[in-house]
Amino acid sequence: MTDNRMEWPLWEVFVRSRNGLAHRHVGSLHAVDGTMAAELARDVYCRRAEGVSVWVARSADIVASDPARKDELFEPMVSKVYRHPTFYEIPSDVKNI
Amino acid sequence: MYTQGLDQRAPEGAAKAADDAAALVAFQARIDAEEKIEPNDWMPQGYRRTLVRQISQHAHSEIVGMLPEGNWITRAPSLRRKMILLAKVQDEGGHGLYLYSAAETLGVPRAEMVEQLLAGKAKYSSIFNYPTLTWADIGAIGWLVDGAAIMNQVPLCRCSYGPYARAMIRICREESFHQRQGYELMLKLAQGTSGQKRMAQDALNRWWWPSLMMFGPSDKESIHSSQNMAWKIKRVSNDDLRQKFIDVTVPQGHFLGLTFPDPELRLDEASGHWLHGPIDWTEFNRILAGDGPCNRERMAARRKAHADGAWVREAAAAHAAKRANRQRAKAAE
Repeated sequence: MTDNRMEWPLWEVFVRSRNGLAHRHVGSLHAVDGTMAAELARDVYCRRAEGVSVWVARSADIVASDPARKDELFEPMVSKVYRHPTFYEIPSDVKNI
Repeated sequence: MYTQGLDQRAPEGAAKAADDAAALVAFQARIDAEEKIEPNDWMPQGYRRTLVRQISQHAHSEIVGMLPEGNWITRAPSLRRKMILLAKVQDEGGHGLYLYSAAETLGVPRAEMVEQLLAGKAKYSSIFNYPTLTWADIGAIGWLVDGAAIMNQVPLCRCSYGPYARAMIRICREESFHQRQGYELMLKLAQGTSGQKRMAQDALNRWWWPSLMMFGPSDKESIHSSQNMAWKIKRVSNDDLRQKFIDVTVPQGHFLGLTFPDPELRLDEASGHWLHGPIDWTEFNRILAGDGPCNRERMAARRKAHADGAWVREAAAAHAAKRANRQRAKAAE
């Protein structure tokens, strides 16, 4: 007999809402393996035609950035305004640029 | 569907001192700036504990909430109504799963939450401890209970905790169908034979006061409210939500040609609000303490369902282990 507390692993679910769009994270669920996770994802997250494709990935396999390091990771990009096209002033007479 | 202000005691205090004062200030500043708090962010212990309690109670409510309506699936009067009810009950199960997932992001294993429910240690919404005696109860639940749940849940879509807010957005999107099918059912009965109309009136009589109790104790009694408001876990007070619900629901009932079981109910011309008579909070407290008409039956049904499903969980785990072993053996070849 198995332990009642035995916990199925957690899976993150990503759904492509229609062709041409990227898969988007919608939530998570427990399942014994990937096949079961994808099947359950249909019932839990796609009861109203929310998607045309499902990805599942073990939550434990996802590597995330550390929220405590948010500033040092992302701030340098915020201060580099010259990376955006709006930084540059072009006379309005100049077309197609 | 159904979150409810169940908490009337304030266990916080001791734990708060343990949190670093500066971190607390920074945390509150994020909340005040309407930033969402995400699972790996620092948060005060009280915030985490409150959310675990609220989200898990909410999840339990969805799961137990499948029982009163599930009771009528096999007796639905037409195939159309049966399909609708099946879809609704399936939605409630789905809502429970979204919410358990949201609670798990706070570090509580799902099995622990389920265990607490089955052991009778966890609370769930008082509304599900009332019986569904007639088919009209299915209409009254959709119209009133889901209607009250929508009032409660719409502000939760803006809750400061990201995973909870996102789960609530999904749930609210699905909830509108629940309420509309219920009102439509009531409308059919109200326009039917005198017997059907009586049945609709009887259901409204029984579900009205329990629905008002779903908003939880009055603001004067609810100790948790102020801290939860500051943390933006709760965004609108129990009494304000209840009033809003009454104001939209009473005209809907009158449209059905039904009356409300409250002799003091009257429109206050000056404020535009429907004023109601006193709510019987002793009944509410009795049900929360486990002594409602169906508390024992609901818990027995949950325990039986969990025990009856044990072999499925074991078989699925054994099958997955077998396949994983086979794959490992193949890889070693």
